[in-house]
Amino acid sequence: MDLVEFQGKQLFGRNGVPVPPVGSVCRTVDEIVAAAEQHLGEGSSAVVVKAQVKTGGRGKAGGVKLATSVEEARAHAESILGLDIKGHVVQVVYVEPASDIEEEYYLSVMHDRVGKGHLVICSREGGVDIEEVNRTNPDAVVKRTLTPHETADGLDPATAREIVTQASFPAEVVDSAADLLVRLFAAYLAEDATLAEINPLIRRPDDTVIALDAKVSLDGNAAFRHDGYAEWKIDGLDADDPLEAEAKAKGIQYVKLDGAVGVLGNGAGLVMATLDVVAQNGGRAANFLDVGGGASADAMAESLDLVLRDPNVHSVFINIFGGITRGEEVAGGIIEATNRLGAFPQKLVVRLDGTNADQGRRMLEEANLDSVVAAATMQEAAATAVRYAAEQA
Amino acid sequence: MSIFVDEQTRVVVQGIGAQGTFHAKRNQAYGTQVVAGVHPKKGGTTWEDLGVPVFTTVAEAVEATGANTSMVMVPAPFTKDAILEAHAAGITTIIAITEGVPVHDMTEVYDTVVRRGGVRLIGPNCPGAISPGKANVGIIPADITMPGKVGLVSRSGTLTYQIMHELAQAGIGISTCVGIGGDPVIGTQFLDVIKAFAADPETDAIAFVGEIGGSEEQLAGEWIRDNIPDTPVVGYIAGFEAPEGKQMGHAGAIVKEGGPGGESAAEKKEILEGYGISVAMNPSEAAQLMIQRLS
Repeated sequence: MDLVEFQGKQLFGRNGVPVPPVGSVCRTVDEIVAAAEQHLGEGSSAVVVKAQVKTGGRGKAGGVKLATSVEEARAHAESILGLDIKGHVVQVVYVEPASDIEEEYYLSVMHDRVGKGHLVICSREGGVDIEEVNRTNPDAVVKRTLTPHETADGLDPATAREIVTQASFPAEVVDSAADLLVRLFAAYLAEDATLAEINPLIRRPDDTVIALDAKVSLDGNAAFRHDGYAEWKIDGLDADDPLEAEAKAKGIQYVKLDGAVGVLGNGAGLVMATLDVVAQNGGRAANFLDVGGGASADAMAESLDLVLRDPNVHSVFINIFGGITRGEEVAGGIIEATNRLGAFPQKLVVRLDGTNADQGRRMLEEANLDSVVAAATMQEAAATAVRYAAEQA
Repeated sequence: MSIFVDEQTRVVVQGIGAQGTFHAKRNQAYGTQVVAGVHPKKGGTTWEDLGVPVFTTVAEAVEATGANTSMVMVPAPFTKDAILEAHAAGITTIIAITEGVPVHDMTEVYDTVVRRGGVRLIGPNCPGAISPGKANVGIIPADITMPGKVGLVSRSGTLTYQIMHELAQAGIGISTCVGIGGDPVIGTQFLDVIKAFAADPETDAIAFVGEIGGSEEQLAGEWIRDNIPDTPVVGYIAGFEAPEGKQMGHAGAIVKEGGPGGESAAEKKEILEGYGISVAMNPSEAAQLMIQRLS
């Protein structure tokens, strides 16, 4: 789960990572204007009006602007609210007292999939795309993978100093930057983050360093020990499709795509393969849906209902490989699901293989359902589903 | 021969609830030596469905039954401790079926059990391993395959079954099938399994099923080119149609937006083909390629 900037700063703040003075979370022009008025009135020389979206490149897209007056803040509010940044429409804006910037650095801690540890990245060149710095000037980027064993008691302050020193941080800020890194590392572990990135980390005129931005991703699998991450779920922040949100609530693995062939299968790999086969037969999948191991009647009915409610779906490809779940159970689930859902115009192309598939296919045949079309192989099923989708469209 | 599980495998099951019992019973019926169950509150009783004793700890089970392999089926919040316990008790092969284990937990487990402990840990979030005719530890349906000479390694469960089934229909059996799991941190990587197959005199060909995300397939491919260029190797990478930035079911199956590159199916296919490995566009084509290579 990705957090937006103001949430990342909240998370940093409660873990002792220094951040700018707390700003205001706004959803309307009036709220933004009132927030600007308040912060400017409290002595800030300027405020920053910042789009809160779960994607990068906000600055370049015009989603981050400085205002020295309430009028300016209003103009920015009007241009930023509703702005489309890489498909994310801005609904929430953070108004923050502006900070004085002497220098900009980069600092992050992330899970290292290849090295199976914790990766710290540190650079004196911040405020720009770190991947780009890594390409053009790799010496300016310090990377260090630490194992859980090495960090059993947290990040050792001496190691943190070594990292920021190696990244050529000025002597005046080495101590405070190292201290911040130790805290950032602790936050990353305590909050089950897979990414905790500060870009830029800024040096202020008094030589203190603070996180001017915050990008945090949390591990969905660890939600059970963080109250389901309920505190981070806020309206207007999730770009989730409504069907995706509903599927998530029901524990169904569903990803909305943009084709016309609804896809439902058992097992993530098999469903991915199904999307591939649909495309290879000239169609495009409307979704990814993994009905899971059981493929019970309930799971089948809920999943099918979800797939069919996408108005773009003109046919459905049900791709089941019976393993532990036997063919006749799956067939029973499909029959029951179609009975429950009542009439619908789309054809369901069913490909059933594996354990007791013959029995399952016979059951489907005997049930003689108007909507169900049987197919012998994945290829045949894909071709048939693509054809029906084209006819229906 | 075969790899990881065979006639010598003696399984202790951690997590003997409904799921654990269902699958352990199937493993036992297949001929696998399931020798004990572990439950913190049921030590001293008998696991009725299997007719084997239940112990309070893995250490007790090892001492009393000579168990050398653990199947972990406990819920995700307890998986880290279960694996660490099995390792501390001297278990040398740990097969973790459980899905949804936090990534920090697995990073710690990997460090202790695999990197420092040298244990064979398979999974988590995997279907287990089967050596047909010898042993089946996990949830792979045994009746769709048969003994043979193809080694199969996969990040996906049902997709593996699909390929085993298509090979079986063409009369091709397998030496061992290993489901390594779909999580970002897993105990046994593609390359570990490929190396084990290369060292196994009874495995003559290798089929692998990869997915989008990470770069383990490439590491395995490079090793294959350098070490076993004459072994028939056929693969498929699931997720050619997966959009960037979307997790496709498995926690590890995601092409990161602005990520390191090389994570998409098309990129993986291109890289692997550069190493001289045939990569199919779908599972049926992979099975057909293997059938052609062996006939």
